[in-house]
Order: sequence, then C-alpha cells, then structure tokens
Amino acid sequence: MAEALDLKAIGTRPVRPDGIDKVTGRAAFGADLHLPNMLHGMVLRSPHAHARIKSVDLTRARAAEGVLAAVSGADFPGGAGAGDLAKNVIARDKVLYHGHAVAAVAAKTLLQAEAALDLIEVDYEVLDPVMSLDEAMADGATLVNESQHTNGDTSKPASNVAATQRFERGDLAAGFAEADVVVETEHRVPMAHQGYIEPHACTATANEDGKATVWCCTQGHFDVRSLTAQVLGEKVGNIKVIPSEIGGGFGGKTTIYLEPLAVKMSQMTGRPVKMTMSREDVFRATGPTSGTWCKAKIGAKKDGTFTAASAWLAYEAGAFPGAPIGPGCMSVLAPYEVPNLVIEGNDVLVNKPKVCAYRAPGAPQSMHAMESAIDELARQLDMDPIDLRLKNSAAEGTVAPYGPRFPAIGLRECLEAAKVHPNYTAPVPEGAGRGVAVGFWFNIGMQSSAEVRIAEDGAVTVMEGSPDIGGSRASMALMAAETLGVPYEQVKAHVGDTESTGFCNVTGGSRTTFATGMAVVQACEDIIAQCKQRAALTWDLDEEQVDWVDGEAVPKPGVNADVKPLSLADIARGAGRTGGPLLGRASLNAQGAGASFSCNFTDTIVDTETGKVDVLSFTAVQDAGRAIHPSYVEGQMQGGAVQGIGWALNEEYIYDDNGVMENAGFLDYRVPVASDMPMIDTEIIEVANPFHPYGVRGVGETPIVAPLAAVSNAVRDQLGFRIPDLPLSPPRVLEAIDEQGGH
Amino acid sequence: MSKQHVSTTINGDEVEFLCEPHQSLLEVLRDELGLTGTKEGCATGDCGACSVMIDGRLVCSCLMLGVEAQGVEVTTIEGIAGADGLHVIQQKYLEHAALQCGICTPGFIVATKALLDRNPDPDETTIRYWLAGNLCRCTGYDKIVRAVQDAAQNLAYEA
Repeated sequence: MAEALDLKAIGTRPVRPDGIDKVTGRAAFGADLHLPNMLHGMVLRSPHAHARIKSVDLTRARAAEGVLAAVSGADFPGGAGAGDLAKNVIARDKVLYHGHAVAAVAAKTLLQAEAALDLIEVDYEVLDPVMSLDEAMADGATLVNESQHTNGDTSKPASNVAATQRFERGDLAAGFAEADVVVETEHRVPMAHQGYIEPHACTATANEDGKATVWCCTQGHFDVRSLTAQVLGEKVGNIKVIPSEIGGGFGGKTTIYLEPLAVKMSQMTGRPVKMTMSREDVFRATGPTSGTWCKAKIGAKKDGTFTAASAWLAYEAGAFPGAPIGPGCMSVLAPYEVPNLVIEGNDVLVNKPKVCAYRAPGAPQSMHAMESAIDELARQLDMDPIDLRLKNSAAEGTVAPYGPRFPAIGLRECLEAAKVHPNYTAPVPEGAGRGVAVGFWFNIGMQSSAEVRIAEDGAVTVMEGSPDIGGSRASMALMAAETLGVPYEQVKAHVGDTESTGFCNVTGGSRTTFATGMAVVQACEDIIAQCKQRAALTWDLDEEQVDWVDGEAVPKPGVNADVKPLSLADIARGAGRTGGPLLGRASLNAQGAGASFSCNFTDTIVDTETGKVDVLSFTAVQDAGRAIHPSYVEGQMQGGAVQGIGWALNEEYIYDDNGVMENAGFLDYRVPVASDMPMIDTEIIEVANPFHPYGVRGVGETPIVAPLAAVSNAVRDQLGFRIPDLPLSPPRVLEAIDEQGGH
Repeated sequence: MSKQHVSTTINGDEVEFLCEPHQSLLEVLRDELGLTGTKEGCATGDCGACSVMIDGRLVCSCLMLGVEAQGVEVTTIEGIAGADGLHVIQQKYLEHAALQCGICTPGFIVATKALLDRNPDPDETTIRYWLAGNLCRCTGYDKIVRAVQDAAQNLAYEA
C-alpha cells in the first residue's frame, strides 16, 4: 500500500478549474469557433467499400455558386511521405471503405458546399469488398492492398495479414500435458466505436505568408501539427495548432482527418475554412476499434495452478495496417504467472475504416477471451473465480509475458478487496448470475513539458500541453499545490497551444496525470529551488541554509538568522530585486508508468423471453497508485465500466453485403443510456507507483478491459451455458437460448 | 428561398433573427446568434446534447426549425445561471464531478432543470428515465444521477 505521506491537496475533491465554463456553456469546443469570412468545407465520401478510382473531376463543383475551392487526392502531392495517413485523409488510387474521403469543397454556405458535392464526378471501378477476418485470411482472398506482404516479407505472396506478433515462453505442449484440466474457448467481437459525443471539427486559417493556424478538438495538438504538416508536405513551423476543449476521444482523437483538407482549402482561398463531421461521418470514416476473432486455451492442475496457456488473436485493422495486436498480446495473460505460453497476433486488412486507438486498445477483446476461459476453468475446478485468479496472480517480480519484470503492482490487492467487498459477499440475487473478470493496462510515459509561473501576488499558473479530456487540469493544479505547499485555489492550470507551451505527446495511454503530472511536479520543484535561492540572497545566507516548508522559505533548523519566512507572494513581489520573474520549467520522457490492474464483478439478469440483459449491480476495484482527485478516478472507473458494458451488451458495427455500415447513428448503434445502468460501485486501491513522485499510475484505460468478460461470465452463470461472442444483444441471446432449448 | 423573420424570446431577452426556412433551431442558436453552449452531437435527436426548453418543455433543438421559435420562450444553457451566480444544478454537477469532457453537460443541465421544474422530488428511476434522452460517454451516469439527486434536495430545502 502507498506509504502514508502527509498530503494536503492530493486526495481532496475540489471543483475543477475549467468547471464553470463547462456548466454554463462558455467552454469552446471544436465546432464552436466562428470567424469572419469563414467558408464551410465538406467532404465527398466513397459510396463503395472497395473500388479503384479511375478519375475525379472537380470542374463542375468548382464552378458552382458559392464554391471557392475543391480538392481531391491529387492536390496533396506533398503528402507522399505520409503514406497511409495521407491516403486515409483523402483517397488516391483506391477507396478502401465506405465513407473514405475522396474529395472536398469549401463554399460560402454549408448548403452550397453540400450542393457542390453532387457535382463532383468520380469514376469508380468497383471491387469486391473484404468484410470479415475469415474472408481476409482465407487462401486466395481478395486483397485490400495488392502490395501488402506479411511483416514486409516480399518473398511470400501478398496477404491481407499485414503483420504478426508472437510471445513465447517455456514448452507449451509439456505445460498442457501437465494440466489436469484444459479449457479452450473461441470468441468473436465485432468492430465498435469510441462513441465520443463531440464529432470531429476544425477551423483552419492560412495567412499569405504560408503560416496556418488550426483550431480543433484533439487529444494531442502537437501530433495534429506534425501529422498535418506531413500530409501537406509543409514545415512543422508553418502550422500552429490551438486545442479547443475536447468532447470525448477515448483514443479516437489521436489522429487527423479534416485538418489537412481545411488548411489546404484555406491556403487556396485566403479565407478561414471550418469543417465538421456529421455523426454518420464519425461512424463511417473515423477510427473505431478492431473487430476480433480470439482463441484462448488454458490448463491448470487440480489445485488451480496454471501450467500453460495460449492465445491466438486476429484483429481487423480496417483499410490500413495498425490493429492493436501488440497491446492485445501484451495484455491477454499479463495478470498471471504462466510458466508455458504462446501468444500470437494477426493484424488483418479489411474494407472497413482504419482503426484508431480505443481506450486500452486491443486489451478488452483479448482479455474477454482469456477471462472467459479462466471462468470456465474455475467452474471445472469448482473454485471461486477470485480465488483461482489469486492463486495465479502476478505480483512484484513476476515476469510479464511481454518481457519486463513487474515492479510493485496492485493486482492481488484488487482481488483481495473484491473478495471481501459487500457486493461480493452478498448472495447473487434470485434468478440472476454473477461474473468476475480481471483487467489490465500497462500505461505509458512518453514526453511532456510544463511551465510554472508565479504572479506578483503569488498566483500560480501551470502551463502544459496535454489536452484535458476528463479533469486533468484539476489533477495538475492539485499536484502543483501539493508540491509548492500552497492552497489549490491559488493555482490555475492551463493547456497551451503548440506555440505557447512545450511539447507534450497525446493525452492517451493513461499518461497525462503520470507523465505531464511529473513534469508539473518537477517544474514546481524548479520554482522552489529558485525561491530558496532568492530567499538566501535576501537574507544573506547560503542556499543550503534555506528550507521550503508549507509554501514558505525559512531558514533551516539551526541556522542563526532573525528573519521572517518568505511566502511565494513575498518572493514573487520582490523578484525584480533578486533576479527577475519566477519561471519554473521541466521537460522529460517519463519512464516507469506503472501498470494498473483491476477486478470487476457484476450481477446481471437475462430476460429469457426477450433476450435482454439487465445489469443489476457492477463493482469496479482498481489500483490507481495514488488518486490525485478521487472523484475523477472514480469517474474513469465508472465511465470505463459503462463503455465496457455497452460493448458487451449492444454495440457493434453492422454491415450489409456491400460493405455499408447499416447502423451509423446513435439510434441504431446503441450506447448505454442512464436508464440502462445501475450505480457503478468503485473501490480505489492505492499501491504506489515507485516511479512517480506521488505514486500515480494511469487509471483511464484499465476500466474498460474487464467489463466485457465480467458481463459474459455473469450471463454464463445464470444461463448455465456460454455465449462466446459479443455483443450479448437480445437477438443473439435469444437465439442462443432457443438453440440450447432445442438440444 | 428568402430568409424568414422570426421574433422570439431567448433566456428572457426579446430576440429577432433572420433564418433560412430549412435551418434548425440548433443551427440558428449556434451559427446565427452565437449561442454555442448548445451542442450538436448527432443532429438526429438521439443524443440530447442540443437540449433546450421551449415554453418550459424539453426539446432537442436539432429537431425543431428556427422558424418554429416564433413567439415562444427559449431557454438555453446560457440562461440557466442567474445574476446571483450558478444555479444549484450547475453547482451540484461541479461538486459531484458529474462531467468529464463536458460536451454533454449543457444538455444534461437543461434536461435536469426541465425535470426538477416539473418534479421536484424524483426517485432514481425517474431521474434515469428522464435523462435517457441525453447521452454521456464519459461518466457512466453515476455521478450525474447523484448530482441531480443532490440538486433536488437542495432545491427542496430552499423552497
């Protein structure tokens, strides 16, 4: 458990700095910018899932009323080096999914832009779409990309399998031979979307000197800058990106779609160009997560000790390589000590949108498979599912399947807390089922910078570059207040644009509170060092004779000086006499992002007449390392749980035979609503991450990992048989019940 | 087609505007009047981010034409706080951390106001069904429901 630090700010639950703007409608999101003379851009999207583009004729569109610019793939020659990214932003030779951008126009009104899209003439040679993993991986499959060879090996024929991954340990056959019980399961989970409520939006203004400013909603404006520059063939320094408030992302806003089109058309017209996606565009043409096909096998001795396990994963990449097979493989057995294992992943092209990150990308699907198999194993061994997991739980010193040895981790603590949780010791409600599963995410560090400025009255301004997607400005301000020894109210945290603050990688990988937080702490330590030096100068002492206690410079114990303590405000006010303004900074590439484990359990009840599954209760226990602002940690756990429940119960991309998504709207792609859900009970475990000054682990992604299997296992518990595939939507559940009834 | 002249009341102010006959009230509020607190999440009435009140009744402004605002009273998120500060609903959303990204928050707060105006003491089920037209993808609804419960209690106390 986390050592008992004497913390004053950290662990409290103040109102977030940006809160008032967000409850009054003042906060400006991606689509909220209106500039004078602004044009409206719109995208023409492919009506085919797979086709060769023979020609694109923009002549009539360009001549249409109100239209000032029209572009197609040919207008982006500079993007040759940007490869797949550029081809995803706007198609060149082929369209690879229904909804793939083919051309764009900018006009004085939205209506004019929309009308002009109808005047663009595109000649397609329609090809067969590849819509499933089975089809894509079959011998003689139609190729999504004729020059794609598995792992770049051109000695073999071209393949839709873009890449493979393999982890291996011990002797798998010998391990299974040692087992008293072996379970094998196979699962399919369709493509699903992050479902952020704010569609992608941007506004670009290009100046006559070639410099462009992009305002957009993104999880990483520095990435938008570099990616947009790549696609345009521009210098990074010519593009400034201002991040708006962001209305959800969950990984889906870590790349670009509209930005290069808007900049290009602004350059062509000398006027600002605003582009927003419709909800339908968001579903059809942004990056959901992979549909998957996973096989899990696990063996154990009678006492529950795992002897061997294997996982085979095939993930849809969509139109371009990049399915999250790496994290899928890393996660699938990470919670356990397994002496013999083989984990294989396949990154497979299909004619669907190019997948993007989605909250713990790849882990929910692979762990759904293995956690389902482990649930069956517990049944066969007649063991409590938590006890079986505890018996094999990874702990400090366990070598993860992907290589490193875990430092302090909190899996056992989560399992033990779940075991004694009142929701677990309570009996399963009459007629219902209970399911347990474990979640994991490794978390990442990466690059961050932060600056801390002190105003003459001691007001602290934290400047950093990690877009605040769920309250991170509050956690930055709390860590700054804690480090400096000042009240939270004295600190304001801001997210700067690409020219007003130092580089930060995307808000993703659950890295912000960990890595950017570490930079903020270090920048505050820089301020403290400067304050001690200024105080020493003021008091005519050596720096080593000054201490910083509770927000004030004081002489160290034993130093003979008859002086009054100097507060941050005192030192800032006199800064002109001691060397100039107080400005602290730090930049780092954070190492040691601690993995976050969870244990979730849920009680569900299936209406066997309709196939509808109701969630009666859901309990999430997770290791946060240290909860800086516990309400927002709980919020991550609750939100991730509900996203995972939605994925387990309803969410899926449904395609027709031509590769057209049939449910590209919130009416038919049904995410959970308030009346679907119970309260989500949370318990935060704090096993400090030794690599963060306050022990922080990322918490944002782990919460979505376990719910898929927890819900599956609960439904299995009630029905007495397993429905291996997701979602457990009424039609699928009803069909399974009918089939079982027929046996 | 020529623009239509509309006289309406928005957040207590008499407002006149010109709009195209096809423009939704949401587009008019955001693009013509600069009231961007009302959000577009879907434009098909499925997400509730554009919730406003028309004569006290909760509606999706994306499903209503701008011209239909003639002669009615429109309340948007910008009209919820008074000169004396935040409405208790807004305060409770903040205290309960009932928002993460915040894009759905204006719609939820307007919907909550519409609920508590007509039912000052809703139980949890009533709250959940009333808010079922508003999607939140971040919070899992737990803290939103608690904020609404707390706001209702406070309003009852004040009354």
